[in-house]
Amino acid sequence: MNLVLIFLIIIFSSSLFFYGRSKTKSLAISGNIKLNALPKFYGYYLVLWCSIPALVFLLIWSLFEPVIIKSIIIDTAAKQGAIFNDKNEANLVYEKIKAIHLGTYLGELDSILKESALAYAKFINIFTNSKVVLIFGIIIASTLYSLKKIKNNNKARDDVEVILKGLLFVSSLIAILTTLGIILSLLFESIKFFSVINIFDYLFGTNWSPQRAFVRDASSITPAEYQELKDAFGFVPLIAGTGFIAFLAMLVAVPVGLFSGIYMAEYASLRVRRFSKPVIEILAGIPTVVYGFFAALTVGPFFRQVGENFGLTVSSESALAAGLIMGIMIIPYVSSLSDDVINSVPQSLRDGSYAVGATKSETIKKVVIPAALPGIIGSILLAVSRAIGETMIVVMAAGLAANLTINPLESTTTITTQIVMILVGDQEFDSPKTQSAFALGLTLFIATLILNFIAQRAVKKYREKYD
Amino acid sequence: MTKEERLKKRHSAEKRFRFYGLASIFVALLFVLILVQNIFSKGSSAFKKTVIKTEVFYNQELLELKNGASEKDIINADFYEVMIESLIKSFPAKNIDEENELIRLFSADAEYEIKKAFLNNNNLIGEKIILDLTASDDIDQLHKGNYPRDLPEDRRRISNFQLAIYDNFVENDKISKNFNNYYFTKGDSRDPELAGIGGAIVGSIYSILICLLLAFPVAVLASIYLEEFAPKNKITDFIEININNLAAVPSIVYGLLALQILLATIQLPRSTPLVAGITLALMTLPRIIIPCRASLKAVPPSIREGALAVGASKFQSVFHHVVPLAMPGTLSGTIIGLAQALGETAPLILIGMVAFVVDIPSSPIDPSSSLPVQVYLWSESAERGFVEKTSATIMILLTFLMMMNFLAVYLRQKFEKRWN
Repeated sequence: MNLVLIFLIIIFSSSLFFYGRSKTKSLAISGNIKLNALPKFYGYYLVLWCSIPALVFLLIWSLFEPVIIKSIIIDTAAKQGAIFNDKNEANLVYEKIKAIHLGTYLGELDSILKESALAYAKFINIFTNSKVVLIFGIIIASTLYSLKKIKNNNKARDDVEVILKGLLFVSSLIAILTTLGIILSLLFESIKFFSVINIFDYLFGTNWSPQRAFVRDASSITPAEYQELKDAFGFVPLIAGTGFIAFLAMLVAVPVGLFSGIYMAEYASLRVRRFSKPVIEILAGIPTVVYGFFAALTVGPFFRQVGENFGLTVSSESALAAGLIMGIMIIPYVSSLSDDVINSVPQSLRDGSYAVGATKSETIKKVVIPAALPGIIGSILLAVSRAIGETMIVVMAAGLAANLTINPLESTTTITTQIVMILVGDQEFDSPKTQSAFALGLTLFIATLILNFIAQRAVKKYREKYD
Repeated sequence: MTKEERLKKRHSAEKRFRFYGLASIFVALLFVLILVQNIFSKGSSAFKKTVIKTEVFYNQELLELKNGASEKDIINADFYEVMIESLIKSFPAKNIDEENELIRLFSADAEYEIKKAFLNNNNLIGEKIILDLTASDDIDQLHKGNYPRDLPEDRRRISNFQLAIYDNFVENDKISKNFNNYYFTKGDSRDPELAGIGGAIVGSIYSILICLLLAFPVAVLASIYLEEFAPKNKITDFIEININNLAAVPSIVYGLLALQILLATIQLPRSTPLVAGITLALMTLPRIIIPCRASLKAVPPSIREGALAVGASKFQSVFHHVVPLAMPGTLSGTIIGLAQALGETAPLILIGMVAFVVDIPSSPIDPSSSLPVQVYLWSESAERGFVEKTSATIMILLTFLMMMNFLAVYLRQKFEKRWN
């Protein structure tokens, strides 16, 4: 139905384009008036006026229609004697009613369901009819208004441009809407989670095992049950594991990335640079699931084999394998940014150092790097935020059980791994377990936001210094 | 320490430092090589499958069909007995256990393959023909040399009897490797020899198309606004900060967003390319806006001023002159953004694309998988045959990504104007 309406709107408005163009043309010729814009702009003007109000209305209507119908239907079902203990049951009944209406329902029918399905059909009918009537009303009204406008020979080009500029502005607002959507959707579930679990118990608890947490009724929890819950949702092992793996990754990425950045910026000939820079950047373009597969199936077993030869017990899902591979993935983030940053250190600083007899490496160590330090630190912070937000490598190679350890040969878990583990497969909303994933997501979001903010400030400040 | 000694020390320090730099680049390059070599050596065997030449006898007594039977009758007919009889005849087995072991050398689709041959030629009743039947995963891996034969029998998935049959087949030239058409045309399966990436490719294509349709226009319009029309004020600054931050938000957070807003609130169907496409579009949007704005910024002001000078409006100068000149950079930025979206896994896992889907999706609102998610799913499977399938899928995914990146570079080099 909606597609038909959209199609009709498009057909009608594009035919208006030709009408508007020829109409104003003939008007200009017969009436001998000087037009205020090219005839095609009158056409555009009609098109925009005819389509945008109707499409916006259709969009808003489609967003709210299901919600309104649902609440009406649940109300009528309740009036007919259906009893809902909670929201889930009401949802279930609503889904059943919808299935009956579509003819796909296979379960047993009782009178309540039957009546409600009839009511549902009735309301759907009413809503669809009124939608069509209203949309045609809007199209007619806005078309008449715009036709009147172009008869008076308005400044069509200016008007069209104002509308288009509005469209451009709305597109750029999508970024804000996305951020808002992320914050709201994370907060919404997190608040529910923190209403059950005290935020300090979450932040400072040292046990994480959400699969143990069963809550029948979140509104009445006995102290004993709470103690158990508290023991299931302690954040410390996760942040420790995340930090530990990120630390291992940085042990690989910072030296290798920094040295390759320095070499490419200071030593490499143009030919070497032209070849090696894109090849290193391939590392950033490989999907993380590929790294995960490599870490889990090649690097992990390899380390275990090596460990066995030395008499060490290495878990096949070790933090070391995940950290190493993650470090390799991050190399290009460090090398490219530090390359850029070192390149923008003014040549005069180097020349000064050479003039007093320093070798190239001494110049780099004592002059170029200190000058570029804020930028380099910024690039490392960006790489850290990349590392803690990285998901697939750790999901596939780092293990699932949360244990507090600093032995890189054991398995650890991370924030992102736990989010995936909790939410994969079927989730029931309204359980602290599911909500805890959103609380983890919120924590992750805030942590990366802060890191990025500091990093971007550092890089920007540094750039301003030498610009 | 004399002056000369000190100088020598400083010079060797210089050499060391330089060597560290070269070594780091070398380490990074080496890793690219190791990774690619590892994946290719594991994956290339998946493009072939092992088949066993078997004589199939369409025995009239076991089939309720006549020559020239209609297609519908054949599809409904039961070829199980024919299959069992033909398979058992391929090697002398002594008892029922041995017969079962013999049958297990063939894939679960042997009955269907026999039926298909009959569908192609419905005059086979009472005839004997030689068919290439797909071998089971164990035989497939054994034949490709991925499975160790020298393990003791109780630790092997293949019994001594089965090994003897295999050796006999090899001697009689009954076993050969064919092009693995199943891998490209089928959906997912629990049996590695029957699993394919057809469904995942279609799912990925739908998702990326939806992502392109949503993200590209919005990103271009938003960057035009920010670069050309936006007044310098608090709102514009706020939008800019937002876009930069969104580009750095971990992808899994977009998965949470999609779960809460698209699935729980708007109630779009789970596990579908539609939801995946919208999620990827939201994620890709800031990553496209940033290169878009850079290429708009690179168009020199003289172009705009020239257009304005001959009486064009601001809009005409932007849309007729600036945007076409910025298009190559914009398009290549978009393609690179889409390539990232194509390899993205974590958000798709959260919206339920890990579901086991056998059918190839016929529309964006059918449940489906995608290439990277298929890699994840298969890498979690225990069967040996899935290792080569996973590696082969990675090869296909990397090929797609490489083509997209080359296209992006080509567009930029071929069409982009340099202004200096």
